[in-house]
Amino acid sequence: MLPFPILTFCLMIMWMLLNGFTLGHLILGSLVGFVAGWALASLRPEKPRLKKWYLLPKLAAIVIVDIVRSNFSVARLIVMGKKRPNSSGFILLPVQTENPFALAVLAVILTSTPGSAWLEYDSRNKTVLLHVLDFIDRDEWVAMIKNRYEVLLLEIFE
Amino acid sequence: MMQPISDFPLWAAIAVAVFLLLGAILTLIGTIGFLRLPSFYERLHAPTLGTSWGVGGTMVASMIFFTVGTERYVIHEILIGVFVTVTTPITFMLLARAALHRDRAEGDQQVPHKMDLGGTRDAD
Repeated sequence: MLPFPILTFCLMIMWMLLNGFTLGHLILGSLVGFVAGWALASLRPEKPRLKKWYLLPKLAAIVIVDIVRSNFSVARLIVMGKKRPNSSGFILLPVQTENPFALAVLAVILTSTPGSAWLEYDSRNKTVLLHVLDFIDRDEWVAMIKNRYEVLLLEIFE
Repeated sequence: MMQPISDFPLWAAIAVAVFLLLGAILTLIGTIGFLRLPSFYERLHAPTLGTSWGVGGTMVASMIFFTVGTERYVIHEILIGVFVTVTTPITFMLLARAALHRDRAEGDQQVPHKMDLGGTRDAD
């Protein structure tokens, strides 16, 4: 009946956000969501399994706070211009998970946080090459990403 | 209908102005960084100011302005934020990996090789 409930639900919400919260648009939006869910099912993609979905808001809150903080620190670095010490560098981050959804979410988090950039993922070594703008201590960065994001991602997806 | 701008409550006007300026300033700083930072990998970081809180601030300002102005909830701007956030990593990684490939092919010593397991620093 509902091969991809999250997709169907999100499309319905999106439809109503764009067209207005009325009963008519609820029905139309649900219809669009159902059809899109079935269409996606015929492609047979791998299904995401959210084990502890209730941790998602916690992750979102942490990420939003971190994005605000790093926005200001990167803005300060840019405004300081040539006076700042050159402290950018590459970091090789070992990741535990091989779950493509967890990796995708981690990539979105690290990319939208200014100051850290996801360059490439090596599936054989299970490492991610990062570039960070404010490179203080390599181990500190790795520990920060592992404790703040990866622990939660592992709980949510595995 | 929009109410006339003179009827706009003060608290809302201040909030809209603060968020709009915040978003605009962060985007501007990001763009300046994109122009002035020395290396390609550093320049990659700068535009993410615009795609995170640059978009975020403008989005929140727009939501407050139209919600107060039309006296009904206008929150579909959140979709812009979601789509910008989700799609940025795609172009971002494409550019980053193209740069890595080029630098490795040229034998640039500052770029870590595939099997290198230590953190390396950019030379000045």
